[in-house]
Amino acid sequence: MKRVFPILAVLTAALLSYALYEALVVAPTELTMGDVQRIFYYHVPSAWTAFILFSINFVASVVYLIRRSNKADIVALVTAEVGVVFCTVVLVTGPIWARPVWGIWWTWDLRLTLTLVLWLIYVSYLVLRRFSSSGQTPLLAAVLAIFGALDVPLVYFSIWFFRTQHPQPVIGGGGFIDPLMLHVLLINWLAFSCFAALVCWSRYRLEVLQREVDETLALEALLEPRGSQTRTSQTWRAG
Amino acid sequence: MSYLYAAYIATWAIHVAYLGTLLRRYIRLRNEIAEFKGREER
Amino acid sequence: MSTVPSLTRATLAKDLRLEWRSKDAINSMLFFSLLVVVIFSFSFDPTAEESRRIAGGLVWVAFLFAAVVALNQTWAREMRNQVLDAYRVSPAPPNALFLAKVVGNFIFVTVLQALMTPLFIVFYNLRALGPAYQLPMVAALGTWALVVNGTFFAAMSLRTRSREIMLPLLLFPISIPALLAMVEATGAILTGEFSAKFWIVLLAAYDLVFTIASLFLFGFVLQAE
Repeated sequence: MKRVFPILAVLTAALLSYALYEALVVAPTELTMGDVQRIFYYHVPSAWTAFILFSINFVASVVYLIRRSNKADIVALVTAEVGVVFCTVVLVTGPIWARPVWGIWWTWDLRLTLTLVLWLIYVSYLVLRRFSSSGQTPLLAAVLAIFGALDVPLVYFSIWFFRTQHPQPVIGGGGFIDPLMLHVLLINWLAFSCFAALVCWSRYRLEVLQREVDETLALEALLEPRGSQTRTSQTWRAG
Repeated sequence: MSYLYAAYIATWAIHVAYLGTLLRRYIRLRNEIAEFKGREER
Repeated sequence: MSTVPSLTRATLAKDLRLEWRSKDAINSMLFFSLLVVVIFSFSFDPTAEESRRIAGGLVWVAFLFAAVVALNQTWAREMRNQVLDAYRVSPAPPNALFLAKVVGNFIFVTVLQALMTPLFIVFYNLRALGPAYQLPMVAALGTWALVVNGTFFAAMSLRTRSREIMLPLLLFPISIPALLAMVEATGAILTGEFSAKFWIVLLAAYDLVFTIASLFLFGFVLQAE
């Protein structure tokens, strides 16, 4: 790891701690929901971060289709994985928030449902990457990512209309937001964005290393005469 | 109130779990590379 | 002979002829759907009003499962006889093959729907309180939505482990807006409580977007095998 990484890691940890402090102490208590509303400062930034990561995945997939760049493929893989992690956070914090406020675990809230569908699409993307055994996995994955991206506006509109026909509770708190709350929200978003960037960077370097090792193994298998081959098939990875 | 802490703890549990898988993969890779180098020198 | 329409028609005719002789796909789909209908009948015993509300969901789940059975065997024949390799080296446009497969699947599933609908009407005492003429529109648009993406993902799944699981795994999440639209539209028409117009327009938009995307990107998928 480069020398700058530990410094950035410490800075990010500090930022996250400060953001947590702001969320728990500085932010004013909400009138109707009480302290539980503070989940908002983790729930919403995670959602925004996930959406941004998936957007990057879309761009990287398109770049891969046009240029067949290995880097673009790795970026796509990394942003999909980290995006799914942040999506999971949204899907876990959402029901935890909904339960004390609305008395039910799940509601077809627009953002929550959209996040669920995105989570499903990108988990299927990751499963495709893992189960696909042809050397063209990056290509197929890129195509799937484009399909997913095309789906998003359609998902949005279908849920939006569904909610007008079957009114449901709104979790995220729409409309006007107190300026101090907005400040705390943005600080947390900044902190989580830095955190996401560092995680992506780590995952990127890990994947680069992994591919180098796989390539070396493949070369070795080609060059070495049979019999002196000591590698077990266990160290082979499928795509 | 406990819901609030549950949410924050769950968030970090998820992140830590993912970072843990990354760490495990990295350690495994590093061992493989060490094995490589060991065989090369032989 | 290598223009898209004529090639599509030729491939489609061949597929339909083969299917008519063996009736492989249609028989398995039919039996599977029948099972689903019967099992659902045991689980739900709704009143006439309730059944109108939930019938949309039940019917489309049954058709979805049947469609997956059809989709899974879409490329089986081609795989067995190395047709795809031949196609890849020929100058024939890949879209013709894709279109033929999609239309073939569309016909299979529609035939199945035509056979299953009377059964559903009987089991659930269904009667449309809204504009019934919209139902064939919903059926056609909805089926096309499932079949166009399903055929595409079936091609994508060809070289993956657990091919039969990969197809529904990829298809279902992407199809969520279409499924929602199909179910809601059917429910709206049966109960007469809402207008199905928005859902029909959404289905049409979905079909347009994904048909174009599939035609555009199928070439990549064929190369990838």
